[in-house]
Amino acid sequence: MSDSKLMKGNEALAEAAIRAGCDGYFGYPITPQSEVLEYLAEEGRQRGMVVLQVESELAAINMVYGAAGAGKRAMTSSSSPGISLMQEGLSYIASAELPCLVVNVNRGGPGLGTIQPSQGDYFQSTKGGGHGDYRLIVLAPASVQEMADFVYDGFDLADAYRNPVMILADGALGQMMEAVSFKTYDPKERVPEKKWATTGKTPDRERNIVTSLFIQPEKMEEINKRLQAKYKVIQEREVKYQLTTTDDAEIVLVAYGLAARICARAAELARHRGIKAGVVRPITLYPYPYDVIRQLCGHARRFLVVEMNAGQMVEDVRLAVEGRVPVEFYGRMGGMIPPPEDILEQIIRYSENQPGGAAPAERAEVHEIMER
Amino acid sequence: MESVWTKPETLTDTRMHYCPGCGHGAVHKVLMEVVDEMNIQSETIGVAPVGCSVFAYHYMNVDMQEAAHGRAAAVATGIKRVLPEKIVFSYQGDGDLAAIGTGETIHAANRGENILVIFINNAIYGMTGGQMAPTTLLGMKTTTTPEGRTTETQGFPLKITDLIAMLPGAYYVTRQAVHTPNAIRSLKKAFLNAFRYQQARKGYCLIEVVSNCPSGWKMTPVDANKWMEKNMFPLYPLGDLKAEGKLVERKQP
Repeated sequence: MSDSKLMKGNEALAEAAIRAGCDGYFGYPITPQSEVLEYLAEEGRQRGMVVLQVESELAAINMVYGAAGAGKRAMTSSSSPGISLMQEGLSYIASAELPCLVVNVNRGGPGLGTIQPSQGDYFQSTKGGGHGDYRLIVLAPASVQEMADFVYDGFDLADAYRNPVMILADGALGQMMEAVSFKTYDPKERVPEKKWATTGKTPDRERNIVTSLFIQPEKMEEINKRLQAKYKVIQEREVKYQLTTTDDAEIVLVAYGLAARICARAAELARHRGIKAGVVRPITLYPYPYDVIRQLCGHARRFLVVEMNAGQMVEDVRLAVEGRVPVEFYGRMGGMIPPPEDILEQIIRYSENQPGGAAPAERAEVHEIMER
Repeated sequence: MESVWTKPETLTDTRMHYCPGCGHGAVHKVLMEVVDEMNIQSETIGVAPVGCSVFAYHYMNVDMQEAAHGRAAAVATGIKRVLPEKIVFSYQGDGDLAAIGTGETIHAANRGENILVIFINNAIYGMTGGQMAPTTLLGMKTTTTPEGRTTETQGFPLKITDLIAMLPGAYYVTRQAVHTPNAIRSLKKAFLNAFRYQQARKGYCLIEVVSNCPSGWKMTPVDANKWMEKNMFPLYPLGDLKAEGKLVERKQP
């Protein structure tokens, strides 16, 4: 492509934010995503965007609340510990139904953890890390190109559903460089009119109020029902996933983001050895592609879920599979990335062992731990 | 007949939930009077806090956002930064502004955000039933300081307005009250000043209103005002702390 550039994931994302017509970015530095703030502080400001480095992630997410409530495209980005601080604000934003984009360049935890790539924030992102019944739309990029593309999609989805959207990446996607090209996108054509926004009460309309406070329980239940109805529509319409050689796969890997890329290579290596392996890559983590996983139970004899965490998305795969075939898990934690060879080893192990429990090697390990 | 009292047009007809004798109603009225007189309803955006004035948007007929507890200054910053032509104010209590929201409060002032922060200081958490506030006086009894506030256990009353006046980003910092007609007139002038400064992009303005809480203090409204004059004003003396970007010389209480 003619305008293809070599860029870091964080910078590609920041560039896309400018092109997507983001009006305001509010952020706090944290590794491994500080390049987003740095890039916007220079490029974004020059191109007319409000870019503010603020005192905390708490302040940042509440400024996003204010700016989104004022009808503008607003975003913030952070990494795991900073995203934890934003959970309060995300719950308020979801309840007040404000469209905005939040980027989590996931690093290893728990606690202060490490600055290395991780997928340990799956639960927090997809199940609601803050209080109350709410959902974020969660997009999981697997390349620098998608770090850029999902910014446009994220803002469009946020505006379409008046719902916060999260891009859940990881430290590797943020830091690595790949070729990226930026699509033609005119925010003027894409941003809908926001009649509900607080832009100043004019004589021709009632005042607009942005709030998440509905003190009467009857009203609060009504609001909850409305949110749930919206989430149902999102589940019906917005599921996105990618399938790689799953048509005849007997062992189906399920992985997202960076882990999905590694799994695609592992499946290819397995095919070279005559093992029918395929990969399901959920692109939207919420809404989750339960149906496509369920449908694969026809010929899949096993699922192997690979994550850079202790096993979080595997629970959704088990919900989809409902015990029809075994669902295995392989994960690395704390910022470690599994190489394709390690995943291949798991594929071989599980394709040699038919349904019926852990492989002998693992049993020996468990036995050893228990003895200690 | 001569009209002696009118309700500002930008004050809604909704019946207020405030307790009898509470200062919030008077502050709301004066604030909306100023919005009327300056003819800025269509460009004014308010931010309500968590606390007794959590429902302020029921009464003020301007566009408003309800912020999370303590985050009103951050929400107001978000609004003002993307809509710099609008007039933006936050309306917060002592717990909201000076306890849980201290960080947002100080940094908004220090950035010189071109907003007005209205700070109602009644030295108690009214909405949650009368617990200690950061501004609670020493010796003052609340439900969480049943023996009275002591420095050993709860530290000192936080004079956050004095602190903010020291910041170069703050342009106009004043302490007012609403317990007498004169005090109300003075507060109205302060609101007028602050909105005019904001229109002229002078920067951050803070108006503290020292007020009462008859319910939380367990006094009649009249006694509450007397108690306030005797006990609150010495620690929180009324008047300008900073005018046109310059600290005002004041006698130490």
